[in-house]
Amino acid sequence: MVSHHDLSRTFEIKGRDFSKAGSISINIKEILRELGIDPVIVRRVAIASYEAEMNVVMYANKGEMVLRLNPKVIQITLEDEGPGIENIEMAMQEGYTTATDEIREMGFGAGMGLPNIKKNADMFELKSTIGKGTSYNIVFYLNSKGDV
Amino acid sequence: MTLRELAELLEAEVICGERHLDEEFERAGASDLMSDVLAFGESGIVLLTGLANIQSIQTAEIIEAKAIVYVRGKKPSKEGISLAEKRNILILSTKLFMYKACGLLYRKGIVGVRN
Repeated sequence: MVSHHDLSRTFEIKGRDFSKAGSISINIKEILRELGIDPVIVRRVAIASYEAEMNVVMYANKGEMVLRLNPKVIQITLEDEGPGIENIEMAMQEGYTTATDEIREMGFGAGMGLPNIKKNADMFELKSTIGKGTSYNIVFYLNSKGDV
Repeated sequence: MTLRELAELLEAEVICGERHLDEEFERAGASDLMSDVLAFGESGIVLLTGLANIQSIQTAEIIEAKAIVYVRGKKPSKEGISLAEKRNILILSTKLFMYKACGLLYRKGIVGVRN
């Protein structure tokens, strides 16, 4: 049972900064863990957040990730400034990728990221404008239906 | 199997996280592709990989792997080791190739992640 107050934290993600990539998601994981959130949910949030964070590092110039929490839901929103996604329907399919060799050498770019966010989240919305950027809205219910 | 038995079986060098050697594990997963590890990895597994970069350590932390075994003699950078120490993750390095390392573990009853 979550009894803490509503929480909101903002994180800046720098594009191409591979040495720091992942640190925000691990920070989010630690915050949720300390709040005593169900470890199964914490792990799902961390995986989705890490995939989103890596997408900004790999493809965009920068991004702002916001973690919001209330007794019903955990929400992660992300707005990036980058090339945008040309075909969201294709990008949501497992195995579809536009990754460069550099990204593949890092162990990513297999076309699993967005489908994996969808798999771990209770709700996932993705919007993108070519040449401007992409926005993510990822929601996790703290109980089965989001009811208190 | 304990992580110490794993290290002995694979003749692996302990890079960091020695205090975890007496912990037990039942499952393992092997991939050089962190995308796949994130999609299919399970909490508590030992991760075998040939990718010894920072992302392998971050990914192991995210999926809550018990340990990382780098195959083919790979070792993380100093930066990677200090990150793993900070994250409290056991890191081993074996000279064995991926296939043989996995085979030895499987023969000892260590199974893979659930399909």
